[in-house]
Amino acid sequence: MKKLLAIILGCILTGGFLSLPTLADTGGLSSLRGTTDLDSVPNAEEMKRVPKDRIAIERDYLHQPPVIPHQVRGYNVNLKGHKCLSCHSWKNYKKAGATKISLTHFDTRDGQQLSDVSPSRYFCDQCHVTQADAKPLVKSDFKSVDALTH
Amino acid sequence: MAQANVNFVTRYRQMLSRPASVALWVVLAFGFVAGIVFWGGFNTGLEATNTEAFCISCHEMENNVYEEYRETIHFSNRSGVRATCPDCHVPKDWTHKIVRKVQASKELWGKMTGFIDTREKFQANRKEMAQREWQRMEENDSRECRNCHNYDYMDFSEQGRRAAGRHSTALEAGTETCIDCHKGIAHELPDMSDVKGWH
Repeated sequence: MKKLLAIILGCILTGGFLSLPTLADTGGLSSLRGTTDLDSVPNAEEMKRVPKDRIAIERDYLHQPPVIPHQVRGYNVNLKGHKCLSCHSWKNYKKAGATKISLTHFDTRDGQQLSDVSPSRYFCDQCHVTQADAKPLVKSDFKSVDALTH
Repeated sequence: MAQANVNFVTRYRQMLSRPASVALWVVLAFGFVAGIVFWGGFNTGLEATNTEAFCISCHEMENNVYEEYRETIHFSNRSGVRATCPDCHVPKDWTHKIVRKVQASKELWGKMTGFIDTREKFQANRKEMAQREWQRMEENDSRECRNCHNYDYMDFSEQGRRAAGRHSTALEAGTETCIDCHKGIAHELPDMSDVKGWH
């Protein structure tokens, strides 16, 4: 018992002299948040601007959800209303001159076709997002397949 | 006593039928000054009720519509130009303003009887209140919007594609007015399931 206590005491005393990395240390790794220690808040990125409105942006790969080429500030999608569908629904797209929502969005996850947009596809911005004037976070040399090259 | 009364009546009838010229001018001057005071006072009082501070002195407005409105473009934006409650909800010109102010007495009754004194009550009545306001704007061709947003001075080249497209057609032709598309731009929307143009 005495021996065990001595070992523990020894560990505690020597521990003070060893330069162990602290929990907040990033270990020299640079991640998306930079090299700021984990216990401090890095400076905020500059705000990105979403272009007001432009023509539809081409897809880069098959089955890519088309991105949103306009601002969506204050466009609410909730239980009471669906701002996106006031232009993109089958009922309204012609008058609004908008792209109509894909027919696949009428299917449930089990492939059953419904008479209106499936609840599982209700929240558009889970897949369709606005674009900003941001530099890519990581370098990429991705190229579209020939069929989509534009 | 009767004698005194007769004297009193005749004396005043004489004063009114043949007033001394000085008295006439004094009365006119008093009337003029009193007119300025009362009319000025009335207008000042009316203007005091036409401020945002007055609107949100009731918690019904401050905790619901005002709170929602603080996140929107008419409250916070790049240039710092703001619209306050009365800019949109009270007409600017005198005749329509007085009509609206008289209608607002119903809102005072609502305040006294606690018509929307909780968030739940407010939500339950939101649709009715919103529809009344939409209808008012449809009927007056969105007059309060146009106090600031004048169609004649819109530069379509500065607008987005979608905006320019709609403004140069439906708005230009007068087949649609601002509120037909711009609903819920300052406050939360009610249930929109049966509203025209909504899904």
